[in-house]
Amino acid sequence: MTTVVGDRVVDERVARIGVLRRILLKPELGALIGVVIVFVFFAALSDVFRSASGVANWLDPASTLGIVAVAVALLMIGGEFDLSAGVMTGTSGLTTGLLSTYYGWNLWAAILVSLLLALAIGFGNGYLVVRTGLPSFIITLGSFLMLQGLNIGITKLVTDTVQVGAIEQTTGYRAAHAILASTVSIGGTRFQIAILWWVLVTAIGAWVLLRTRFGNWTFAIGGDTGAARNVGVPAARTKIALFMAVSAAAWFVGTVNAVRLTSVQANTGVGLELTFIVAAVIGGCLLTGGYGSVIGASLGALIFGMTSQGIVYAGWDADWFKFFLGAMLLLAVLANQFVRRYAEQSRR
Amino acid sequence: MSSPDPATDAPLLEIRNISKFFGSVIALKDISTTVRAGQVTCVLGDNGAGKSSFIKVLSGVHRPDEGELVLDGRPVAFDTPRHALDSGVATVYQDLAMIPLMAIWRNFFLGSEPTTGWGPFRRFDREKAKAVTRKELGDMGIDIRDPDQPVGTLSGGERQSVAIARAVHFGARLLILDEPTSALGVKQAGVVLRYIVQARDRGLGVIFITHNPHHAYPVGDRFVLLKRGRSLGDFAKSEVSIEEITRMMAGGAELEALTHELAGDPGARAVAAQLDEDVTALGLKQGG
Repeated sequence: MTTVVGDRVVDERVARIGVLRRILLKPELGALIGVVIVFVFFAALSDVFRSASGVANWLDPASTLGIVAVAVALLMIGGEFDLSAGVMTGTSGLTTGLLSTYYGWNLWAAILVSLLLALAIGFGNGYLVVRTGLPSFIITLGSFLMLQGLNIGITKLVTDTVQVGAIEQTTGYRAAHAILASTVSIGGTRFQIAILWWVLVTAIGAWVLLRTRFGNWTFAIGGDTGAARNVGVPAARTKIALFMAVSAAAWFVGTVNAVRLTSVQANTGVGLELTFIVAAVIGGCLLTGGYGSVIGASLGALIFGMTSQGIVYAGWDADWFKFFLGAMLLLAVLANQFVRRYAEQSRR
Repeated sequence: MSSPDPATDAPLLEIRNISKFFGSVIALKDISTTVRAGQVTCVLGDNGAGKSSFIKVLSGVHRPDEGELVLDGRPVAFDTPRHALDSGVATVYQDLAMIPLMAIWRNFFLGSEPTTGWGPFRRFDREKAKAVTRKELGDMGIDIRDPDQPVGTLSGGERQSVAIARAVHFGARLLILDEPTSALGVKQAGVVLRYIVQARDRGLGVIFITHNPHHAYPVGDRFVLLKRGRSLGDFAKSEVSIEEITRMMAGGAELEALTHELAGDPGARAVAAQLDEDVTALGLKQGG
């Protein structure tokens, strides 16, 4: 039955699970196919879409979405949602903006304080979810609405308007701009530096998920929190850390946008929370947790970026974008379900 | 309380007059028994007999309100499941504490992952995890096709076996098995019973919790019978027969009557045996 080659035991039945099925079992497969289809589709419709400047253009929205989507995917694999992730980008940007412009802080100090605030809110979300056992959907819906109100309320109180501007006049802006919002020229085309950050965040996220203990725990608490706890996984700590990671990712993107645009609207980020979840689900994350992929979430963000810009390049009304996104989400979910069933069934 | 055993070495774990109350509910009252290395102590009882509370006291989920646990001759109080694990007391739960969507090797090391590298580059040693999983399962005589396959694709018996192999690998000296055969078919249950014997022969103490005397009697050395939170007795195998155990358990008398009724012809005897299995299996599902 089994033969020993060196110190490796080789089972002849392993070979029966072919390479094809191994690939099909990857959660990010659906998103990868989606990326190819969407790219070919819009590249055929528009020359600009496939030109270097076109690529730079659609990579940009994909990058800021993808950075948060990676963290959201990790949290979803850990079995929870964070609806406050979108508005959190606004909260971070506004905090940084208000502290640096109206209170004259050094921009870096303001950025640091808004990071601490974001981590505290993430901790609060996670702590409440872990302690109460209530669905994170409800808890973070609460923090979403509260933050949305605070964003507008405090901005109005301090500035008498609904935006914070003139961030470019703060001390420390030049360095912040170079690190967070500059462009990198490749072959004469300017790419936003956020794209590099996105690639880095995706790589770290994928590494953490697949190669570390924390990643193993993330899968486990999403699959079955009670069982994970029984074998000694620090479930509460892992969950809280995941919520804090989402808040930190939202802080990062909020800061990038604030520095790039030099002003922040009080309603920034509202509605984005669902887009993050859509990207993660297109990337193969199960809504029930315990299964998914960081790289898939980034591919989901890429599909989002390509579609949003591709529709413009194709000369269509931008209103069609939402329809495409919804169709993509449905297709991805159906494809993932089909593929997973097929792969697991055939492994009996 | 307990009669002298043929194996005269000191018991691995002594359970002395354990009681556990939940508010006004008496979950356990004055339960005592012993577990020795290389022996199987069976805890038998019908639904609601207190088996689950008993396991939770032993595995560190609950602290007993009265009585004490004596491990290696020293009184112990387990605060957490982790504490019990570190003391060598491992529990294989009915729901297995395994994550169906995760690969076998990920499950095997869940919570105790081997790492390699240093500082921020410390990572899960995947190669080692896969190799050890394969070897440990092989040593238990468990033939797993591929450690990469999700646990959800294994049969019930295979899952139990992986859980037992995992407990053994992580230095368990005392294995607590919570109804490992209850959800299984006859053949699969036999497979699991064989692993229990194998663990015993490797020198582990085993506490085997079940409601099925036909599974307990062939592998057990001691038998504790629970009914409504109280002990009906703590017997060595020589002191009690399988018929007596069956009779003492809830529903035993009625079942026996039914068996006698059906024992008229040889064909019906098989039906009676099957009926017995079915009744117990059904009882479990209703009781959770």
